[in-house]
Amino acid sequence: MLTPSSPHAVGNQSVQQVMFSVWAATLPGFAALIWFFGWGYLINAVLAVATALVAEAIILRLRRRPVWFFLGDGSALLTAWLLALALPPLAPWWIPVIGTLAAIVFAKHLYGGLGNNPFNPAMVGYAVLLISFPVEMTTRWGIPAALATEAHSLLDSARVIFAGLRVDPALVDGMTMATPLDVYKNDIATLDAAELRAEPLFSAGWRVYGWEWVSGLYLLGGLYLLWRRIITWHIPVAVLGSLTLLALLFSWNPDLRVPVDLHLLGGATMLGAFFIATDPVSAATSNRGKLVFGAGIGILIYVIRTWGNYPDAVAFAVLLMNFAAPLIDHYTRPRVYGEGRS
Amino acid sequence: MNLMRLLRGDTDAPEWYDFPGGVHPPENKTQSLRGPIAEFPLQEEYVVPLNQHIGAVSVPVVEVGESVLTGQVIAEAAGFISAPAHAPTSGTVTAIEDRPVPHPSGLTTGCIIIRADGHDTWRPRTPWAHLQDHHHTDLLARIQNAGLTGLGGASFPTAVKLAADRNHVDTLIVNGTECEPYITADHALMRERPQQILRGIEVAHELYDFRRILIGVEDNKPDAVSALRRALTAIPAELEARIELRVFPTRYPSGGEKQLVYLLTGQEVPAGGLPTDLGMLCHNVGTLAALADAVFDDRPLISRITTLTGNQLPWQGNIEVRLGTDIRTILDWAGYQPDPNRAERIIMGGPMMGFALDQRQLPLVKATNCLLVPTEQELPTPPPAKPCIRCGQCEQVCPAGLLPQQLMWFAQSHEWDKAESHHLFDCIECGACAYVCPSHIPLVQYYRFAKGSIRREQAEHRQSERARLRFEARQARLEREAAEKEARRRQRAEAARARQAEQATTPTADSSPADPVAAAVARSKARKQASQSAAGRATATVSPGAPELTREQLSARLDSQRRRLEKAEAKLAAAAPEHQKAMETTVSKLREQIHKTEQQLADRPEREA
Repeated sequence: MLTPSSPHAVGNQSVQQVMFSVWAATLPGFAALIWFFGWGYLINAVLAVATALVAEAIILRLRRRPVWFFLGDGSALLTAWLLALALPPLAPWWIPVIGTLAAIVFAKHLYGGLGNNPFNPAMVGYAVLLISFPVEMTTRWGIPAALATEAHSLLDSARVIFAGLRVDPALVDGMTMATPLDVYKNDIATLDAAELRAEPLFSAGWRVYGWEWVSGLYLLGGLYLLWRRIITWHIPVAVLGSLTLLALLFSWNPDLRVPVDLHLLGGATMLGAFFIATDPVSAATSNRGKLVFGAGIGILIYVIRTWGNYPDAVAFAVLLMNFAAPLIDHYTRPRVYGEGRS
Repeated sequence: MNLMRLLRGDTDAPEWYDFPGGVHPPENKTQSLRGPIAEFPLQEEYVVPLNQHIGAVSVPVVEVGESVLTGQVIAEAAGFISAPAHAPTSGTVTAIEDRPVPHPSGLTTGCIIIRADGHDTWRPRTPWAHLQDHHHTDLLARIQNAGLTGLGGASFPTAVKLAADRNHVDTLIVNGTECEPYITADHALMRERPQQILRGIEVAHELYDFRRILIGVEDNKPDAVSALRRALTAIPAELEARIELRVFPTRYPSGGEKQLVYLLTGQEVPAGGLPTDLGMLCHNVGTLAALADAVFDDRPLISRITTLTGNQLPWQGNIEVRLGTDIRTILDWAGYQPDPNRAERIIMGGPMMGFALDQRQLPLVKATNCLLVPTEQELPTPPPAKPCIRCGQCEQVCPAGLLPQQLMWFAQSHEWDKAESHHLFDCIECGACAYVCPSHIPLVQYYRFAKGSIRREQAEHRQSERARLRFEARQARLEREAAEKEARRRQRAEAARARQAEQATTPTADSSPADPVAAAVARSKARKQASQSAAGRATATVSPGAPELTREQLSARLDSQRRRLEKAEAKLAAAAPEHQKAMETTVSKLREQIHKTEQQLADRPEREA
């Protein structure tokens, strides 16, 4: 006879579904990335996911855990996928491979596997890469398709990624550049806002620039996750709210600093707010805690971007707040029914 | 507070207050609501357990072979928190023995087994027409003797609840929520016998003179609501004016006592407290209907309404069934065919808080509000648990405002103090967290485990504290006894010296009053004697003239007795509670013996001197 414990009814959500939904929610943004910046993102994603699955399988075997049971939960796939979205699309092939290995082996399994990692694995992978290979990580971003002098095929992207400068330095130069955030931050020292906005990267507006489409579609994906109740509103709202507030306060003069629209739409902000910072394992848990956690990320993003050396700062902001998550949890416990009131 | 209401500028007292959390599992109520409540046929044998309520096990007052009548008391309440049990039908008591009962532990309990005579002859009854004709103490006694318990599932003795301070309670909360999926016993009752519930309210009102009476019903029971509304028009206006029927959106667990109190009043029962702390009493509709039966018709609790549901039962619906009926018989009656290909799963209660029975041959008890026999498709076996991904869904649905995943980590790592400081004991085990968990972690199991472990540790701590106190008391007593003995010895020494001095001086004085040498010798002897005994030597011979052998024998006996006492006391300090009684008698006997020997020893020199 079976004598299981209550509740006997279980809801229809599963870890797999959660992972799959988050993955699916990134797809519109992913499609826009390929549309605007070429096939490099697809190659990145394939490389990262393949590396992640192989690494996860090997390490599960080493740890004597059931391989298929855990491989099937989709968490390794999602980690690799999110990392691939964050990497420069035309970086050498070993960039996504090393980043994914760092994420899966070091950030995830050395801490005990799914559910036990104190840091967001994808962002650990990203940080390792950014510190170890700063040139590849900052110069190999894609030129928006409309700005490129000629159209580039999947094969061109593959050649740049797998063979790189050895094959054709001119091809690499023709396909890559720095991110808009980086460009604006560096060039505003010498140009004023009006001149900068007249540059090809910024002047063509909505149809060219690309990043605001990508960000907008990430936002859409994030709203889908909210609607599905896979994430709560607290972290994204806190991230975007605090970043907007700081940008309005300190970046009111576009001749001096990167303006608020670029902060929100020009980089990885939306991806970070809805898909990275909301990683439940490494975030704060209570609703109030999530607000504090998200606000911290938004503040750090602005601070690092404005006064630090890195043009985009989502990874470091998230990792720093991961450190703080246990402390935040300790101080933001929700009020229990019947406590403190009569 | 309800934000939408505030935005609308609606500042009147709201119909209901929004409690946090909660889930919406599939309701599955219609299948058992198709027909009216069916009367379950009388059986040949009934098994009445003695612990159908929270509190002390009741005491049988019938003997094997005795004939009983329907409604006759067969077991009496044992103490304040307890309830009597009644014969569910007339017949003969065939046995009083341990039988398996429906309980999560699967343990057996004392039961009274009655073989029915088939006549169902009632004991003489004295119905009451008007409550006003009777004194409150009689009313309370009648309730106490009717064996009523909360019929919502917890089975707390109703008479105990109704003994709450009259001056302090002004609100009655009537729980017609029935938020658990599948269960429709209360729903069917409200639909078919609303007037009975109102009569029960009248009884409680007679005792308390409530300021307001709030009936809470979920909005998935429109027919029950309209039946209640109709019945409300037929009651005295004085009472009707105080009753409010409140309908609120369906959400599990709105029928939890604490949740319902908040839903209806916006007030929270203090942690670790009871609704009476807020001046409220909370009763289930089924309990109130049973209260009316007991008070007006003198019909004690010998039957209840039970829902039979789940797709493994060809007949689904509600039955009015005598307590003690065999559950196997009931399921057979409903056409149950066990599936030989899969493990059997019969749940007493609902899918969220009920427990699986470990066999079918069990008596139906006061708490059996539902028997759920689901198919695998309806309630699939949960897949194996995956690691917690800290998604926080559990926290979003917890109606108590707890951090379920933190509690799980603490339970896993046995950090009981942290679990307690995270309010583990405010968990009502509603199962909402486990229901939404995407990793299918049996969270409620973890909480039960942690609560059980903490309670056990506290019990062990109390026990060791008791042992420590006992040990210290023993040490103090030994010291005191030693001191007393010393004092007695000194006294005897004084007495002996005085006697000796008398003996030594009297003859000298008689024969030669001027013999200074003899007098000096006697004095010095006496001094020596005194200084010896003052030095406290245990072996000091009090009287030199005493025969050595007997005293030695006595003190040897005393020594061995003391050793035995010491051993016995050490054993008593370490004894398990069930052996303490026996050990204590042994120890006190030994003490008596020692006392006797000591007296003998003390008497001996004087008698032999």
